[in-house]
Amino acid sequence: MNVTFTLQDRTSRTVEAEPGWKLMEVAVDNAIPGIDGDCGGEAACATCHVYVASEWRDATGERTDLEQAMLASTFGVRENSRLSCQIETSEELDGLSVEVVGS
Amino acid sequence: MTTAMPRAATDLSPEQAEARERIYAAPLESLDPAKTDRFPTGEWQWVFERLRAEDPVHLTTEEHSEFGRYWSLTRWADIQAADTNHELFSADGLIALNRPEPVARTTSIFDGRELTEEEVQERQKAGIRSLLSMDPPDHEIHRGAVAEGVAPANLAALEPLIRERAGAILDGLPIGEEFDWVDKVSIELTAMTLATLFDYPQEKRRQLTYWSDVITTQAGPGQPAETQEEHDLAIRDFYMTMAELVGSRRSEEPRIDFMSLMAHSPHSVNFSEAELFGDSVVLLVGGNDTTRNTITGSVYFLSQNPEENAKLRANPKLIPSMVSETIRFQTPLTHMTRRTTRDVEIGGKVIPAGDRVVLWYVSGNRDDAKVQDADSYVVDRKNPRQHLSFGFGIHRCLGNKLAELQLRIIWEEMLVRFPEITVVGEPKRSHGHFVKGYDSMTVVIPRRN
Repeated sequence: MNVTFTLQDRTSRTVEAEPGWKLMEVAVDNAIPGIDGDCGGEAACATCHVYVASEWRDATGERTDLEQAMLASTFGVRENSRLSCQIETSEELDGLSVEVVGS
Repeated sequence: MTTAMPRAATDLSPEQAEARERIYAAPLESLDPAKTDRFPTGEWQWVFERLRAEDPVHLTTEEHSEFGRYWSLTRWADIQAADTNHELFSADGLIALNRPEPVARTTSIFDGRELTEEEVQERQKAGIRSLLSMDPPDHEIHRGAVAEGVAPANLAALEPLIRERAGAILDGLPIGEEFDWVDKVSIELTAMTLATLFDYPQEKRRQLTYWSDVITTQAGPGQPAETQEEHDLAIRDFYMTMAELVGSRRSEEPRIDFMSLMAHSPHSVNFSEAELFGDSVVLLVGGNDTTRNTITGSVYFLSQNPEENAKLRANPKLIPSMVSETIRFQTPLTHMTRRTTRDVEIGGKVIPAGDRVVLWYVSGNRDDAKVQDADSYVVDRKNPRQHLSFGFGIHRCLGNKLAELQLRIIWEEMLVRFPEITVVGEPKRSHGHFVKGYDSMTVVIPRRN
């Protein structure tokens, strides 16, 4: 499956991902700038903040409780904000498109 | 139970080896990790090394500590679990581990008026009221009021200013003679940044440093405030100044300094004296000691590890990685305190409801189960940003990007100017169990590039 990250400089990068990974891990593995994943994927640092493209919002699901609490104290939060460590890649998400917010 | 003392992870001096043996020989239940003199001597390392191995969730009872009964979390996994569960581990009223019953004040620290008995009790019970020591929903209101002051978009505008100041500070340093790095560089740069964040007159910036130093220490000989009277006076002075700033900014156009943001927050008219004070203290201390001590730490650790220093000088692209590694290795705030809201099982023990729990970031950062070869300072680690120094969860350090920015800039400017910086003797380490840092460090810069 493929995922497209729109970077802070407005360029985009499409990378291949194995299903079953956290989207944050896919980004870190591919050195996507602006996604750090400091806490290791526990929704505890908000250094993997992304905006999910509107057509992918349903498929990526709802924020978890801890994710919601973290986003309440994070910069630049919008309706389509997610922590990418809380999105698991799957074949259904092939073609997923997110924008890197940076933290 | 007696466990054989493992081989030390790093080379120790004879004094250190003796201290380590003493710690391993002590009865486990007598260990009081918060004992304040352990931090300046470096003994804390072996207390936590032993606890991580033998009793990672450790209870210290009243009889063994001046801080009263408290639990210590020493392993990375348990610290992260507690830090991210603000419902079970409440931050209400808590920051550093305090003595159980601080002296009750009968007059207001803020304006000197006499307090009623009810007020005295209420203030003692409330503890510290600040964005760092509140639970949701108050937490979001207080953090939200000031967060924009260090938002990434605003930091971009600060970068050239910090760079210009860093350059000017470094260009003014003496060459070939000894000086105190803490005073001339670390304090100077962070005080300038702090004055900008508070939009406080630059020429009075050292007042901010002084207030912060007084607030984080006990009054006493050799301390920033020598007497309790001086201590209280400084706190009142700080509070009055902040209250005045917020008051005057209400009638001015909104700006992005902390005091203006607070003044124009729709909630701030309802903030109590204690809350305005608490928020101001957290912003002040958060931006002061932490970055200052990490700047000093970076110079010290690189001088202690010549191979790492050589790596950095050969490849300045390692600066951000070195900065993160220094933040881990220094851990400028050793811990945060929480209180259990229910009985909580963690690390195989049950902590009863209402007990104080100390999250020892300084220990988790040295946990080999998470960080490979954790007692070594390595500037090119694979995951340098994985450290506990900023905390995790809703109270994670608000200014973490600003801290990294200042460290990165000062090193970019240092590397182009100075081929080496020599640390003379050992730095003088700060006293206390919360702020882990340096009072002074003598250095010599032999020559410029």
